[in-house]
Amino acid sequence: MAQEQEEKLFLPRFITTDENFAPGHRACIGCGEALAVRHVCKALGNNVIIVNATGCIEIFSSLLPLTSWRVPWIHTLFENVGAVVSGIESAYKARIRKGKIEDRGVVFVGFAGDGGTSDIGLQALSGAMERGHNFLYCCFDNEAYMNTGIQRSSSTPYGAWTTTAPVGKKSIVGQMTWKKNMPEIAVAHRIPYVATASPSFPFDLMDKVKRGMEIEGPAYLHIFSVCPTGWRCPPEITVEIGRLVVETGIFPLYEVINGEYHLSVDFPELKPVREYLKKQGRFRHLTEKDIERIQARVEEEYQRLKEKVGGK
Amino acid sequence: MTKRRIVGLEGSFAIAEAVRMANVDVISAYPITPQTHIVERLAEMIADGELDAEFICVESEHSAMSACVGASAAGARVFTCSASQGLELMHEVLYIPSSMRLPIVAVAANRALSAPLSVWCDHSDVMAIRDIGWIQIFAENNQQAFDLTVCAYRIAEDKEVLFPAMVHMDGFYLSHVTEGVMLPDEEEVAQFIPDYEYPFVLDPDNPVSMGCYGPPFIYPEAKKAQEVDFEKTKPKIQEVWNEFGDTFGRSYSPVEEYQMEDASIALLTMGSSGETAMLAADEMRAEGREVGLVRLRLWRPFPFKEFREAVKDVELLVVLDRALSFGMGGPVCSEVKSALYEKRKELNIVGFIGGLGGRDIPIDGFKYMVNRAVERVKAAEWGEEMGPEMIGVRE
Repeated sequence: MAQEQEEKLFLPRFITTDENFAPGHRACIGCGEALAVRHVCKALGNNVIIVNATGCIEIFSSLLPLTSWRVPWIHTLFENVGAVVSGIESAYKARIRKGKIEDRGVVFVGFAGDGGTSDIGLQALSGAMERGHNFLYCCFDNEAYMNTGIQRSSSTPYGAWTTTAPVGKKSIVGQMTWKKNMPEIAVAHRIPYVATASPSFPFDLMDKVKRGMEIEGPAYLHIFSVCPTGWRCPPEITVEIGRLVVETGIFPLYEVINGEYHLSVDFPELKPVREYLKKQGRFRHLTEKDIERIQARVEEEYQRLKEKVGGK
Repeated sequence: MTKRRIVGLEGSFAIAEAVRMANVDVISAYPITPQTHIVERLAEMIADGELDAEFICVESEHSAMSACVGASAAGARVFTCSASQGLELMHEVLYIPSSMRLPIVAVAANRALSAPLSVWCDHSDVMAIRDIGWIQIFAENNQQAFDLTVCAYRIAEDKEVLFPAMVHMDGFYLSHVTEGVMLPDEEEVAQFIPDYEYPFVLDPDNPVSMGCYGPPFIYPEAKKAQEVDFEKTKPKIQEVWNEFGDTFGRSYSPVEEYQMEDASIALLTMGSSGETAMLAADEMRAEGREVGLVRLRLWRPFPFKEFREAVKDVELLVVLDRALSFGMGGPVCSEVKSALYEKRKELNIVGFIGGLGGRDIPIDGFKYMVNRAVERVKAAEWGEEMGPEMIGVRE
């Protein structure tokens, strides 16, 4: 790893001690999503309105009459974050223009899981990105419907066991389709900012949140969120898995700024995917052949991404 | 000195005028026949600088209502409109503003539901959204479409109300028909519905959490509070309509009567067919028959008291439903029966289903219903089962 890269990713920096996502919430032990939300909220600061989809975050943070949110927060439904955030942004825009309120640069942010983003919420999000509202969208990807009990989504990786893509006597692979590439779908909307992040690289994650906030127009941030409960792995290795997924090239960290690709961290040599897969019970049934298939696919995808970075 | 003027307007344009005079901040809508003229007119008004609002051209009705929810929670005065399949698609979202107490105003240009596809009027879409917890009001003509939309903002935004309100306007019968509409002066309307401040707005200076998760230990209390407050909106609605009458000369009430003095038979309608039924009542009165008409203006919250009062001396109530609850009959008829069950066991109620998918109900149609209802009551006395009858349909 180049020194510059290392500094960007690991050099200690001053981070606010404010916790706008307050402790005491009900997330599972070792929840990568809660960790990511905490980092994201540190980067977002106070001048923000968060729109949350139905899902784990909403459930573990807002059990009436308690709340973990020290910033304005609204949850309505599962699939409409893109639309609700559009409405809030438009309300502020109109009311500022009509002199009803002052412009204090409030940042509008959408939070949703992978199901709420790449499946049921895709249409509302696509509409919001296409219309060009000024907002930041964070997809916390834990690769299945965890809140309802580990059902597969289009973001579940090939080979993963879930309760609706189980490993049986006849079907022995689990998830039989490849993970939907949601960041590329965002890129196809030609929005000014798309990035991937992992809370195991917290400074990188926070930098990306800040960039997404500052850029005028839609920004999409896809955040890898380890789920020990659903992935059948020990909670104490959440951070390790969030790092391994990047080091193996399965979930590369990159940014697409106005259509230009930048790798946030590059490795001269990727670790074998086996190291990542073997740590999680959801992949325990995979055969050598399956793992080879995944390895080939990861290398192909990584190469494709590197070509995009080169061809800026 | 006010400048009131009578203008020839489609129902859709009358609605757009009301929305313009309400000086809304955000409009979020998706096109669907027969609602399109409303959104087109509003878009023109914005393009011409006659209305300063953000128009979010969303990608679905689900998002139309969702964006309204967001905008309303952020303190904006908002508007949307839809019909038929569009209301069905936004159905899930409709429960949110009534439960989160967001004073959104919407208009439905009532239309039949598929299949087969029909763009024409009936009330199937209304009946599918009966239980959403919105104040629901029926307009009979374009003047009422304008007036009731203006009033809807005043009602919904009242601090003691804070419920969303929907004005129902029959698709094509009103939305696409030009009538003379008395437009008040903009200033007058601005005074009648002044700018409002939503009390729990999404604002970083005063963070609130909206739409939290309600487990069994709190959900029933939340729903009871909602129902208690919803019932309390009735006097407020009447108050606003009275005040509108004092200011503009046209007042409304939850149940409106026509030729009901000493009537022994009453027709019951909702929406534009009320005007045809009036003509039928006139003709039957001229024939010496004691026929009157009751129109339900306020559909939700249901005006039990006013309704019972309106039909207290009637012996036969003839109910027209422009919708069908499969295997059950007419939804309005069953509601009316349940509203009267405890009080008027001796009252005969005969329901008819008609006007589905834009099939006209002429004056004779109402006369037929009255005559047929008299016959059926007699037959029922001999023990015949009295199920719902569909009128004006080829066998």
